[in-house]
Amino acid sequence: MKILVCMKQVPQKDAPLKLNESGTWIREDVSYEVNEPDAFALEESLRQKEKHGGEVVVITSGPARAQQVLREALAKGADRAIHLEDNAFVGLDAFNTARAFAAAIKDEQFDLIFTGLQSDDYGYAQTGVVLAELLGWPHATIIMHIEKNDAGIRVKRELEAGYFQYVDMPLPAVLTIQSGINKLRYATLIGIKQAKNKPLRKVTLAEVQSAIGANLQKIERLYVPQKTKNTEFLEGPPAEVAKKLVDKLRNEVRVL
Amino acid sequence: MSDTILVVVEQREGKLSRVSWETITAGQALAADTGWTLEAAVVGSGVAGFAGEVAGKKLAKVYAIESPKLEPYTPDAFAAALKQFLSSHPAKLVLMPHTYQVRDFIPKLATAMGRTAISDCIGYKKDGDKLLFTRQMFQGKLAADVSFTSDAPWFVTFQNGAYRADKVEAGASAAPVETVNVEIADGVVRNKPQEVFKEAKQAVDLTQAEIIVAVGRGIKEQKNIDIAKQLADALGGDLAASRPICDSGWLPMDRQIGSSGQTVAPKLYLALGISGAIQHIVGMKGARTIIAVNKDAEAPIFEIADFAVVGNLFDIVPPLIEEVKKAKAGT
Ligand SMILES: Cc1cc2nc3c(=O)[nH]c(=O)nc-3n(C[C@@H](O)[C@H](O)[C@H](O)COP(=O)(O)OP(=O)(O)OC[C@H]3O[C@@H](n4cnc5c(N)ncnc54)[C@H](O)[C@@H]3O)c2cc1C
Ligand SMILES: Cc1cc2nc3c(=O)[nH]c(=O)nc-3n(C[C@H](O)[C@H](O)[C@H](O)COP(=O)(O)OP(=O)(O)OC[C@H]3O[C@@H](n4cnc5c(N)ncnc54)[C@H](O)[C@@H]3O)c2cc1C
Repeated sequence: MKILVCMKQVPQKDAPLKLNESGTWIREDVSYEVNEPDAFALEESLRQKEKHGGEVVVITSGPARAQQVLREALAKGADRAIHLEDNAFVGLDAFNTARAFAAAIKDEQFDLIFTGLQSDDYGYAQTGVVLAELLGWPHATIIMHIEKNDAGIRVKRELEAGYFQYVDMPLPAVLTIQSGINKLRYATLIGIKQAKNKPLRKVTLAEVQSAIGANLQKIERLYVPQKTKNTEFLEGPPAEVAKKLVDKLRNEVRVL
Repeated sequence: MSDTILVVVEQREGKLSRVSWETITAGQALAADTGWTLEAAVVGSGVAGFAGEVAGKKLAKVYAIESPKLEPYTPDAFAAALKQFLSSHPAKLVLMPHTYQVRDFIPKLATAMGRTAISDCIGYKKDGDKLLFTRQMFQGKLAADVSFTSDAPWFVTFQNGAYRADKVEAGASAAPVETVNVEIADGVVRNKPQEVFKEAKQAVDLTQAEIIVAVGRGIKEQKNIDIAKQLADALGGDLAASRPICDSGWLPMDRQIGSSGQTVAPKLYLALGISGAIQHIVGMKGARTIIAVNKDAEAPIFEIADFAVVGNLFDIVPPLIEEVKKAKAGT
């Protein structure tokens, strides 16, 4: 199976975030990491390849720094990478991001495209499904298991509150992958070495410009949300905080 | 003719979901603010009954969008049905609850119409003539006001709990119900869904628990879960966890709290090293008292905590266990 995995670089989970000057995004001077579900999507693609043969290609769009997620993916076993490299790519909404991806892979024939179920920064939860629609492919979201069969694939969708559902679908298809679908592997030293020689194709904004248009939505303002609840912060050295907590538990929460 | 707001409600297993009612509340507020006409739609096969139920609310009209191909749910059929409906019943604003089902088909529907959806919103603002929709970003650390720059229909989904279901206004008289049959050609639906099921029986029922000590990724390693267990034992409570802890197999799945786990409402929920992602919060915000320990002063869990400790859980928990034991021993 030939599988494309969309991997996005996002600010690290515990990075302190500061607003940029125009108040429309955060300042870029933070540490980045791969979007969590995308790491699970990559792992799943590698497992499918180990079972059925084929090829794993990873794709990202973003500035030069985003190449790091591709390098890591190649080190873990992806065969090649595509980087839509330009600062402007991060300013695209999901509709345009998906259109740029579709344009960048128009000469390829994938059986499956994996995306994460949503990003940890904008969290729009739509890019994969938008891409499926643009390509005219079927899709399924929030996937926890994938099995190939003669007719196509059988996937396990997660539903709310602990429910699941199997869905049979033909290929090619787009799947959005849920964190926890598998156990992640680490890159090996050999893998890291080999990654250096694996092909990485760069795609410029000009190459896909004709495929994208104006954004359909606009971030007017980004801000720290106002607290609505009256939270009491307990301060002091641990031993003192522990005493204060027990006091609350006894006299206010009344569970002691 | 005035512009229309259409709320598409969701029914599952013979019931309208609570978040559907919440979305109607949102629609009623928007209708009051804009002066636009509010309508609702139920999509499925044999859904006239649900449409009748919705029609009791303050709405101008309710549609039952019908086709046998809409049962069971598939994204192909739902997107096709709503696209067809919206081409003959144009709406300015289309509102839906941000459920797993809606997020499965709304990007497809919007894309098929060359439109976009602003997803997972927690509210809206009216800025002059412009509507701004507020959504959480960066896992709840920041919020953004987002506007549409495209033509209508504008698609918006609202997060679970953003509006109150018990605030839905009833209508003076029942709204008219109209059935609209849509044609879904053979071959449109490509996925074959099987029965919905629940994984192996749950051994632990936390819904009745009075005291819950919950651990998140801040616990770092499986072996550290023991200190949370000791605290839970000292308090006479149960141990629970955020999803990544259960995904890693450090605690069984039936101890997971959140949208894909259990929903609990204990007297006390003590969260250790949990960031407070919305998918976790929906499962525990009903707790009477929430205490959070987190080393990050900006962690979103503090937004909903009654008592907060900014600090390293490994420093706080051991003396806390001792103090609780002392208190219980009556010293
Ligand atoms: C008006 C507007 C302005 C924005 N401005 C900025 C900005 O200045 N800086 C900034 O960093 N972001 C900005 N963004 C965020 C934007 O780049 C989003 O990342 C993009 O719209 C995709 O949405 P999402 O990340 O929420 O993806 P989701 O739909 O939540 O992502 C789902 C999956 O799609 C895939 N995916 C999505 N994006 C990428 C990508 N770039 N590369 C590889 N895979 C991907 C991943 O597999 C991911 O798990 C802006 C967004 C909008 C709408
Ligand atoms: C469709 C969907 C469904 C989901 N369902 C669920 C669900 O049912 N339940 C659920 O929980 N999640 C669910 N999630 C995942 C959710 O989005 C979050 O990723 C998850 O809740 C994060 O878990 P966490 O808080 O343990 O980890 P993190 O977000 O990594 O947070 C760890 C926290 O620990 C703190 N910390 C680190 N070290 C220490 C220390 N020494 N002392 C004190 N604090 C420390 C950090 O500051 C951080 O705030 C779902 C996601 C999606 C997209």
